[in-house]
Amino acid sequence: MNNPRIFVEDISVSFPLYHGNARSLKKTVIAAASGRLGRDQQHRVVVQALREISFSLNGGDRLGLIGANGAGKTTLLRTLAGIYEPVTGRMEVRGSVGALLDISLGMNPELTGRENIMLRGLYNGLSRTAVTRLEQDVAEFAGLGDFLDLPVRIYSAGMMVRLGFALATAIRPEILLMDEWILAGDAEFLERARERLEAMVQSADILVLSSHDTDIIKEWCSRVIWLDQGRLRLDGSPDCVVDAYLGRTEQPAMAAAIAG
Amino acid sequence: MDTAVTLEAPRALLELRGDPGFATRNRLALRDVREGVRLLPLAWTLGWLDIRLRYRGSMLGPLWLTLSTGIMVGTLGYLYAAIFHTDVQDYLPFIALSIVLWGFLSAVVAEACTAFTESEGIVRAMRMPFFLFAVRLLIRNVLVLAHNILVIAVVYVVFQLWPGWNGLLAIPGLLLWGIDALGLVLLLGTFCARFRDILPIVSSVMQIAFFVTPVIWKPEQLGTDHALLSLNPFFDLLEIVRAPLLGTLPGADVWLGAGLSSLVLWALAWSLFTRARGRIAFWI
Repeated sequence: MNNPRIFVEDISVSFPLYHGNARSLKKTVIAAASGRLGRDQQHRVVVQALREISFSLNGGDRLGLIGANGAGKTTLLRTLAGIYEPVTGRMEVRGSVGALLDISLGMNPELTGRENIMLRGLYNGLSRTAVTRLEQDVAEFAGLGDFLDLPVRIYSAGMMVRLGFALATAIRPEILLMDEWILAGDAEFLERARERLEAMVQSADILVLSSHDTDIIKEWCSRVIWLDQGRLRLDGSPDCVVDAYLGRTEQPAMAAAIAG
Repeated sequence: MDTAVTLEAPRALLELRGDPGFATRNRLALRDVREGVRLLPLAWTLGWLDIRLRYRGSMLGPLWLTLSTGIMVGTLGYLYAAIFHTDVQDYLPFIALSIVLWGFLSAVVAEACTAFTESEGIVRAMRMPFFLFAVRLLIRNVLVLAHNILVIAVVYVVFQLWPGWNGLLAIPGLLLWGIDALGLVLLLGTFCARFRDILPIVSSVMQIAFFVTPVIWKPEQLGTDHALLSLNPFFDLLEIVRAPLLGTLPGADVWLGAGLSSLVLWALAWSLFTRARGRIAFWI
């Protein structure tokens, strides 16, 4: 297969908001029968999470995503991971993809840590022997001891981060899609984890990192995209985009400070 | 600390296009099915874990299934044999088969509704073929069936019954059940992800189906009208497995009914799944 690459052209993603009535078959049928379906469809609340985003990434690219909460950063990561399919536009993702989107990584809280590790390996299409290696590696790094054989549901938040992090960084993808949770956690663990994370980031051919921490973005990324309400607002070098982003967000704060 | 992480995720190529045409939708849906089948070891593990989780911490484990089915068959067998004034020797094997097989059918229908929504966590964490959850559901229910077959075996031994070579004809019937179960998940799983009030509708339909289908009563008890029964798809599907195991052969009309209803089921399932597959992740 060719080199890893991401190609995204004019993609838009919209979420239907089904609150209350729209989830009900009865309401839909009655609306259709009384000729209200057309109007209902037009009036259906749809959140435009991404609007006409275009960019392409090749091997060696490190893209940072910044923007306010709800700007579409996580949605873009999910779309690149193939979880959400775009409503319009075209995209191509070539290479093995690792998506670290939330701490639970689809773990089943009722299952033990060990069972969740095994499942994670199988979800990633690893062979049985590779799953055994994965289990040893994660057990060693997370350092949870006997807790690994207890249900994940009883883990403390800190233990959850350890397991999630060890698991997330054990399988190396060519394209790494990362949400900022991975940078959270207690300082002591983070120190130990940082080395492992950096090794993983470096071994990935393409990194897409979403974060509010502009220092991390500047340090790790070679290109930054600023998303604003689902639109691509600015795309360029980290310094340039981060400065523009901070400039905008700091102005109201400064104005408030002056007024105060 | 040395962390020798050398595991690599498998490579893939993902090509998506907004508003895909008919051919693309079909291709993507077929790919979903293919990848789901390829993940068979995962589906097997998930199915097993589902059973183990259900009975984790209980003394008998999954054998509770066998025990509760056994008690149900025993009590219902004697009670209804008395109510219907029939011979226990004749009725109990019938009710044992009926209860176990109907249990499988109704569990598949009920669980198909939640097949996708119950896997919400993993669907939102990584791209997974939806067909995987269909295979998982089938495996889980086949495992339950395997536990309940013990009850039938005991009944057969106690009453010294043997279906003979005709019993082998249950195998094509069971295969058709498997295919139908997978189609049912694609149909109901997708539909129930979008419309949350389908589940109660389905359970009430199944409750009615239980009474209008000869599960606890025998088709012959209807008298002369029982030709109409083959219009009931549940009867046809039940009969293609149950009749051979009782040593009789289902008629051609029964097989025809079962085949046609399976065809309709899959046609509906496929047209819905190809249209909606890309949206399921947004709904759940």
